[in-house]
Amino acid sequence: MAKGNKHRKSVSYAKWAYIFIAPFFISYIIFTLVPQALTVYNSFFENYQNGLQQIGPNFVGLGNYVKLLTPDKAGTIDFLRYFGNAMGMWIAGAIPQFLIALLLAVLFTSARLNLKGQGIAKTIIYMPNLIMASAFSMLIFALFSNVGPINKWLVASGIIEKSFDFLSYKIPVRTIIAFMNFIMWFGNTTIVLMAGIMGIDQSLFESANIDGANSVHVFFDITLPLLMPILSYALITSLIGGIQMFDVPQVISNGKGTPNMTSTTVIMMLNNYLSTSKNYGMAGALSVMLFIITGILSMFVYRMLAKQYKK
Amino acid sequence: MSNQNKKAKFSLILSRVLAYGVVIFLCVLCLFFFVLLILMSSKSNSQLQGAFTLTWGGHFLENLKNAWTDVSINIPRGMFNSLIVALCSALITTYFSALTAYGVHVYNFKMKNVVFTFIMAIMMIPSQVSAVGFIQLAYKFGLTNKLWLLIVPGIAAPVVFFYMKQYLESVLPIEMVEAARIDGSNEFRIFNEIVLPIMKPAVAVQMIFSFVSSWNNFFMPALLLTKKEYKTVPIMIAQLRSADYSKFDMGKVFMFILLAILPVMIVYTILSKSIIKGVTSGSVKG
Repeated sequence: MAKGNKHRKSVSYAKWAYIFIAPFFISYIIFTLVPQALTVYNSFFENYQNGLQQIGPNFVGLGNYVKLLTPDKAGTIDFLRYFGNAMGMWIAGAIPQFLIALLLAVLFTSARLNLKGQGIAKTIIYMPNLIMASAFSMLIFALFSNVGPINKWLVASGIIEKSFDFLSYKIPVRTIIAFMNFIMWFGNTTIVLMAGIMGIDQSLFESANIDGANSVHVFFDITLPLLMPILSYALITSLIGGIQMFDVPQVISNGKGTPNMTSTTVIMMLNNYLSTSKNYGMAGALSVMLFIITGILSMFVYRMLAKQYKK
Repeated sequence: MSNQNKKAKFSLILSRVLAYGVVIFLCVLCLFFFVLLILMSSKSNSQLQGAFTLTWGGHFLENLKNAWTDVSINIPRGMFNSLIVALCSALITTYFSALTAYGVHVYNFKMKNVVFTFIMAIMMIPSQVSAVGFIQLAYKFGLTNKLWLLIVPGIAAPVVFFYMKQYLESVLPIEMVEAARIDGSNEFRIFNEIVLPIMKPAVAVQMIFSFVSSWNNFFMPALLLTKKEYKTVPIMIAQLRSADYSKFDMGKVFMFILLAILPVMIVYTILSKSIIKGVTSGSVKG
């Protein structure tokens, strides 16, 4: 009797579950799922504006994908080139980002060092992560521009003779963008890795101490292997962020990817398709490609999260 | 023995000095740009055209007035638009994520596992993937330049849902809900009057995060907001870049940048502790 009662109760409450989760799913379907489906649908059509003239939509099958992956007259495939640009700048920023974040996470969690003022330090290093990326880019641009303070200072102190246009050379532009990514993200990574280290069973560190292991050994034999799941989670999410790089190169290069498209990213390419020519066909094909790439990467993240969650 | 002790003590002091050195260097690096921005926004255009100095220019209020009343970049309007979008997004995202998480957490229903797995799976899909269809629909139905279109999609926020779900698991005993039911409360009232107050810390943290990400959002608003009176701050900042900057009053430009990041900085200085705590708990359990 009691059992039956309980059963009936859970059935009658189930309707509330559906009521409570309904807004989420309705909103998801209207604002995400339908647009996503439309994106895929678009990718099979030729559909753009040439000036005031509307071309299409005409069904072209996989034509847009073929176009996206076919070399142009100069023999380059723009999509791959821009993907490479984003990856190059991501790697250049991610190497210092992860090395320094690892170092800081180890220093902050070290019982031996017992560093003071950690709260303030964490507050400061996390701050750049919250700054509006487009405003930070505009600041860096204004500082490094031809007539900006950095050039003024370099000329005045005699280091260079006349102002150097940092933003029209490939290496300086890419370095500036990578450096900005580093500054904006190393604090975030530090905090994530710190939580990871603090989650490791502290008795392991204690017994290693008693055994007289030095800190280098402790790092490579205990900390790093046990931190691996969270480290790879942080790396992959950072990689996905790198593929989506947009705000910083867009503002730094004024949307032009200067010099000579060497700082153009895939999302900047997507933005160009969507803003000027309303080329929904090519934009759709590009989005589907991005979806596949990030989807594969996300699978790894999902698996890791699922594993963590089951614990 | 005592010699060895001395050696160990010396090496500890040395490593501490090195560690503090590294930490202080990185903190200075992070603060440097912010301090530089404040100094630059205090200089008049002619001071900025002259030699570069790291000093207070004394024209801060003048730049502030010039930037605030500029006709081509209507920054008060931009900040107002951004504020509306960011505040509403923060409220809507956190409320509905908490509601969804509660629905999945406390009730036993057939689709429970399917729903949870589905939300986990869609969590990592980049928002740009739906952008093409979203933009196309917005143009088709004449919904460009509508601020609400940037707010309402926030009802479905998988990452915030995940955070709320984890929080509920750690704080909400089912017995509490059952006790409220015996008292005759209906399910909506239980959520609004009992569960939501318990979730306050989680809601606060996620409100800040969604406020910040919405305040800084650039990609979608730039494609949707084409009319001057609806533009948000990031679009205006990008506009500064495309204008012929050499003719600009540079003091004013630095002031625009400062105004763009100031609201978030103020919120951050007040609430940094809970923000930093929230960074980790959303993604991976430590």
